Amino acid sequence: MVSLALTSDRGANVRERLSSFVVYASLVLITLFFSITLGNDGFLTSANLLNILRQTAMVSIMAIGVTFALSAGEIDLSIGATVALSALVVAETLRTQSLIVAVAAGLAVGIAVGLVNGLLTTKLRIPSFLVTLGMTGVVAGIARNLTDLQAVAVTNETYNFVFGSGDIGPIPILVVWTLVILLVGHLVYRKFAFGRRVLATGGNRVAARHSGINTDRVRIAVLVISASSAALAGMLYAGRLHGARYTLGEADLLTVIAAAIIGGTSLFGGKGSVVGAVVGSLVMGVLNNGLILMGLSVNAQMIARGLIIIAAVALSLREPKEA
Amino acid sequence: MTPVPESQPRSGLAESALRLEARGIRKSFGGVEVLKGVDFRLEKGKVHGLVGQNGAGKSTLMKILNGVYTRDGGEILVDGQVVDYSTPNEAQAAGIGMVFQELSLINSMTVAQNVLLTREPRGRVLLSDRQAVEQTKAIFAEIGVDIDPRADTARLSVGSRQLVEIAKALSQKPRILVLDEPTASLTSSEVETLFAAIRRLTARGISVVYISHRMPELFEICQQITVLRDGAVTKSADADTLTIDQIVAEMLGPTLGRELEELQNDQSAPVAREHVGEPLLRVTGLTRRGIFEDVTFDLWPGEIVGIAGLLGSGRSEIMRGLFGIDKLDSGTVDLAGERLSLTSPKKALDAGLGFVPEDRRVAGLVLKDSVFSNLMMASWPRVTRWGWVGRRSAEKRSKELVDRLKVKTAGLRQQVAHLSGGNQQKIVVGKNLSVTPKVLLLDEPTVGIDVKSKADILEEVRQLAADGNGIIIVSSELSELTALSDRVLVLHGGKVTRALSRANGDDISEGALSLAVQVG
Repeated sequence: MVSLALTSDRGANVRERLSSFVVYASLVLITLFFSITLGNDGFLTSANLLNILRQTAMVSIMAIGVTFALSAGEIDLSIGATVALSALVVAETLRTQSLIVAVAAGLAVGIAVGLVNGLLTTKLRIPSFLVTLGMTGVVAGIARNLTDLQAVAVTNETYNFVFGSGDIGPIPILVVWTLVILLVGHLVYRKFAFGRRVLATGGNRVAARHSGINTDRVRIAVLVISASSAALAGMLYAGRLHGARYTLGEADLLTVIAAAIIGGTSLFGGKGSVVGAVVGSLVMGVLNNGLILMGLSVNAQMIARGLIIIAAVALSLREPKEA
Repeated sequence: MTPVPESQPRSGLAESALRLEARGIRKSFGGVEVLKGVDFRLEKGKVHGLVGQNGAGKSTLMKILNGVYTRDGGEILVDGQVVDYSTPNEAQAAGIGMVFQELSLINSMTVAQNVLLTREPRGRVLLSDRQAVEQTKAIFAEIGVDIDPRADTARLSVGSRQLVEIAKALSQKPRILVLDEPTASLTSSEVETLFAAIRRLTARGISVVYISHRMPELFEICQQITVLRDGAVTKSADADTLTIDQIVAEMLGPTLGRELEELQNDQSAPVAREHVGEPLLRVTGLTRRGIFEDVTFDLWPGEIVGIAGLLGSGRSEIMRGLFGIDKLDSGTVDLAGERLSLTSPKKALDAGLGFVPEDRRVAGLVLKDSVFSNLMMASWPRVTRWGWVGRRSAEKRSKELVDRLKVKTAGLRQQVAHLSGGNQQKIVVGKNLSVTPKVLLLDEPTVGIDVKSKADILEEVRQLAADGNGIIIVSSELSELTALSDRVLVLHGGKVTRALSRANGDDISEGALSLAVQVG
């Protein structure tokens, strides 16, 4: 047997481990920081902590969906608009139709938006960045038009319980949703062949195609996954708030993408983590909550959040230097 | 009922030793016929070499065999059965495995994940990493290779990657394996490992199509050789009935053959020259910790200095250091008596250095851009006045370079991606000539390019030296260093272990160099 030495680069290896560690470290550090500074302002109460988990659920679910898109080398900027449209569609449908029809309609919004994104990206060869940027306008416009900018109340108790407001014992149902999507997402990403095809497509599309992977189908699939995750998030918003409005999800895009990237997913494809995406979402959630409790004005919160996102992403994004 | 005859001609064929037969394969691109009815026969357990200049149709033929392209005419038989497929997946199912020239591994995945991509072993439901590692190990053992299946692919050497690539093709249990330029970036010991692997495969009845520009290798590993020229087979015979000269003549055709003969006569060893005046480049104590250390040498005007060393000896890294790409830990470089600050490629360029990097596709060219833009990439400032680009003078300059290097292109607007490897490499060299460097650094300038382009490029390098410039050249092809260099620095483990000089009567033959790089 001939032994071929690896060009071992211990430094790069350590750096890589460190960057996947950053997300956990920042969650611990930020929580610790707020526990100390805001311990007396109600940060550590179980009510507040549960509240953080509830608020984070939608971002977590979308971050999982977006992790698939990013890992395949695509991006989905239309998730915010999709949230609003699916929430409104569900709320409108519930006024006249049964719960099952409404849920199907909500999910159909996600699948439809994802298919349009995917087909335009692969068949017309427009980068998903531009397709989904354009679709943001289209989808948001449809959402505004649907109810003429009016909010729609959701009065179906079963729906509100299952999709957002209920608790199972002490556990908010939103946490259950997050855990279920986390488990399914993680298994599909790591333990099913589909996950490998996603990573291969994002890592090197030409090589993936030569290996017999239908990369177009993978790219369509990940965009459908991310749009569907946004649609589910929209349905959960509607259930939690007992109603829907066209502004839902407007501010989520930055948070979701930041959560995925802080969680160790590469913006350029080929690398990522579903668990990391959820932890990244928790980082964003704790941050948000702490800034509010600190009594910062909304404007100051925006600035602080923006700066912290840049700092956190910079830490986790540090790719090994290329030639 | 009519009784079925006992023996059909078909079944007789299936019994024969033919693994693969391609008959009258035709293919055109946009009205240009690239393959003009090619026949190709591959026997069971044999290695069949396929040679031809870039553009002769080798790659097209292989992509048809592999299902990437669909043929316009002809038929393909595997083990006597007509097969019909139109995708790489279907070709794999028909038993044809392909090892690509541009390595098709995915850097962000582990070795095992790459080897078993799309064929991941599963438990009842979930993928099993443990099984994947075991299966990969088993394939490695078959070809006598020892690479950790859990290793990150990005961290493998080029040679190891090539072997992983072969393992990946083998995981599909092919009956036919196509190797496209498998040794282009391997060191001689890695080539030996590869050949041992190929011999193990053929012993098990697997047939191999071996595409290469390196003649001695073809004769070492192949039993049959087929020569393609302009989309047609000009020669197909047993290797032991052929000679290198014959094959080269067949490849080049009647007119080019004569030109090459003259070139070869010209490739007599360079004459030993006396050093006149001051050294052009003075390198002292160049060190990058853990990569190379204390590299010291002078380069005189008109001199060509070769750097010989194995992959990983630090040869490419020295070039990168000299050009300001990698940060150096210590050492000084003086060009024509002036101390250089080598902190960026821009400074190196401004000081009068040029660099032809190892991998033209990655570091040398913007593939999607035109011949014109690529040639001018480094020299826009020279045709710019007050921020205004002198388009006409830039075009004139590019035109001259295209003529001087004999680049075959449809025009200055042609996309570089569509040129052959040899012509692409000429563009990289041209880009550097355009900045009129005093010292040109060349890292593997002739990897994977055809004989004629190679001769053109080496001729240009000689001319550049003859004009009083200095050349530093790194090459795995020791014959190239032998033919070009006035002096050769032998690099081993990051240190210059020998400095051979023709003027001192040192032996700069291929044999002496190949021994020196191994033992240091």
